[in-house]
Amino acid sequence: MSQTRTIEVNALARVEGEGALYVRTEGEQVAEVKLKIYEPPRFFEGFLIGRDFREAPDITARICGICPVAYQMGASQAMEQVCGVTLDPALEDLRRLIYCGEWIESHGLHVFMLHLPDFLGYPDGITMARDHPELVRNALRIKKIGNALMRLVGGREVHPVNLKVGGFYRAPTQAEVAALREDLAWGLEASAEALDFLAGLEFPDFEMDYEFVSLVHPDEYPILHGRLGSSSGIDAPVEDYDRIFTETHVIHSNALHSHLSDSGRPACLGPMARFALNRDRLTPRAAALAEKAGLGAVCRNPFKSILVRMVEIAFAFEEALRLVDAYQAPSRPAVDMTPRAGTGYGATEAPRGICYHRYTLDEAGIIRDAKIVAPTSVNQPSIEADLHGFVQAHLDLPDDQLRHRCEQAIRNYDPCISCATHFLDLTVERG
Amino acid sequence: MRVQRPTLAVWKFASCDGCQLTLLDCEDALLALADTIRIAHFPEASSARVEGPWDLSLVEGSITTPEDAERIREIRRASRHLVTIGACATSGGIQALRNFADVEAFTRQVYARPDWIQTLATSDPIAAHVPVDFELRGCPIDKGQLLEVINAFLYGRRPQIPASSVCEECKRAGHVCVMVAHGTPCLGPVTQAGCGALCPGCHRGCYGCFGPKETPNAPALSAQLAQLGMDQGQLLRVYRTFNANANPFREESLRHESDPDH
Repeated sequence: MSQTRTIEVNALARVEGEGALYVRTEGEQVAEVKLKIYEPPRFFEGFLIGRDFREAPDITARICGICPVAYQMGASQAMEQVCGVTLDPALEDLRRLIYCGEWIESHGLHVFMLHLPDFLGYPDGITMARDHPELVRNALRIKKIGNALMRLVGGREVHPVNLKVGGFYRAPTQAEVAALREDLAWGLEASAEALDFLAGLEFPDFEMDYEFVSLVHPDEYPILHGRLGSSSGIDAPVEDYDRIFTETHVIHSNALHSHLSDSGRPACLGPMARFALNRDRLTPRAAALAEKAGLGAVCRNPFKSILVRMVEIAFAFEEALRLVDAYQAPSRPAVDMTPRAGTGYGATEAPRGICYHRYTLDEAGIIRDAKIVAPTSVNQPSIEADLHGFVQAHLDLPDDQLRHRCEQAIRNYDPCISCATHFLDLTVERG
Repeated sequence: MRVQRPTLAVWKFASCDGCQLTLLDCEDALLALADTIRIAHFPEASSARVEGPWDLSLVEGSITTPEDAERIREIRRASRHLVTIGACATSGGIQALRNFADVEAFTRQVYARPDWIQTLATSDPIAAHVPVDFELRGCPIDKGQLLEVINAFLYGRRPQIPASSVCEECKRAGHVCVMVAHGTPCLGPVTQAGCGALCPGCHRGCYGCFGPKETPNAPALSAQLAQLGMDQGQLLRVYRTFNANANPFREESLRHESDPDH
């Protein structure tokens, strides 16, 4: 006889923004999985219309307090493309440096304060600190160094004030940059230690056959530049994004869903995708640490994304050290911009994956059309597919355990719901 | 004595999470803070939830849906003190740009099925719906000011948060005035202090993310900005960002709306 079972979480915790989960099973089959996004929409694309192109980085930063740099950079890149401007290499390096800060700060928050408590059985990082004081103290220091990097280059951790279309308002001095070196070197060692600890965690035996999509660059682990690449062989310029992905509006989410246009499959963006498609271009120490942590060429167990994120933190420290050592104050803080009419595209690797921007400007530089796609928005169907697969394989678990694992399966993605609605609760219904 | 620690709840409405993140960004003070107060409800950071009533509720975000208008009333009823954190909760935030526009048109532009989206025509500050004990400014808030406000409510005193202008803290920081020396348009004279004059420190004009100071003279500043070359459209937009709905900024932007050049 067919029995209905539901598992629900009405307000997901330790995610950025507001969402819920609903799973319904009928007998031995998962019948329905919904990642519900009820975070109220804020209509950024709407109110960008009519604004000057130079305003876009400050406005789009407000989509997300955790990864504002991703929005500021994507918007800036698109505007620079319309205006036909290429940034000086020194300014590109400075952008990569602040972006390393955002990866460290955002990944640090997620790995230690949001994700790790699931593995160790605590409600939060603060409670975890009672039994693991040194671990949490080091974690907070790692995060703090990421924030210090954001503050140095961006003027402020949340919604940096020093970034603009064309570069920066003020370039930091060599002495200011050099002062961070000691902390960055500590951060790299602390990341190696943390990864040793994380590699010893117990992970559920679960893998998915993902279609990974990330930026791919011939010379570097991707942050700011690259072509769209995928595990099934997509290789296209960023300008093809709207052809490769199709966005749809589903009733249970205020964040538009995305699928790959040709196969209709969900895409998986973020650390596991970047790692699978760019592992060879990790910095040497980060590559060695990934090897030591037992990560092969590709990681398809979403619960192990915590290891990949930690590798990326180590990478960001190593890369920041390289950039800090090579830093010489640029000859000018920004390239002059003259507006012209046209459409421009921007895509960078936000901590959670590709963050895409497209803007159309008129000849006066006023924004006439805008489209922004947050990585969490694209990851929604992939999260739902993971939940479907996981629940189907673990129907024997009692409701409370299954519910907890489902919440963890969502947190595997470090979903940023505020980003996606510009975009979680859990319900499992069994039948 | 642990059982007697006052309780803290953190709430989110329409927002970017940046102000809540500022609490987690108090890396050096976070563990000490958690020893002094009991973090009873903070979904972004913890899956543990302690039922109300709560001694201090920090509210991030603005009211943009009928459900949220009801939710804030419940939170107010269960909170001894309620403090709004950030520009969204205090003025309606960047999403209050809808208050000047046609929200249905926005919905149609972003969503294929506007009929599935429930939203109010305006984005309101929390104080438009319930009494608020203190409003902390900033987009985002400042860490030091946040700790000051939490401390003040813990010890039953008024928070020491100046309502003076960014200019005053800019002078104290020893920055050269970007407007006088370089002709860079700057909202410092009409914007409330609190950020530490970050933008002038980066050779940039203040863009008003802490909202209007007490008794600002925005028309006088607009005249100066016009002399520096800003046209009516720019004058309208410069006040219409993260605190667009805060009254002196709102009125000043509306004053530039009627201009035929716009």
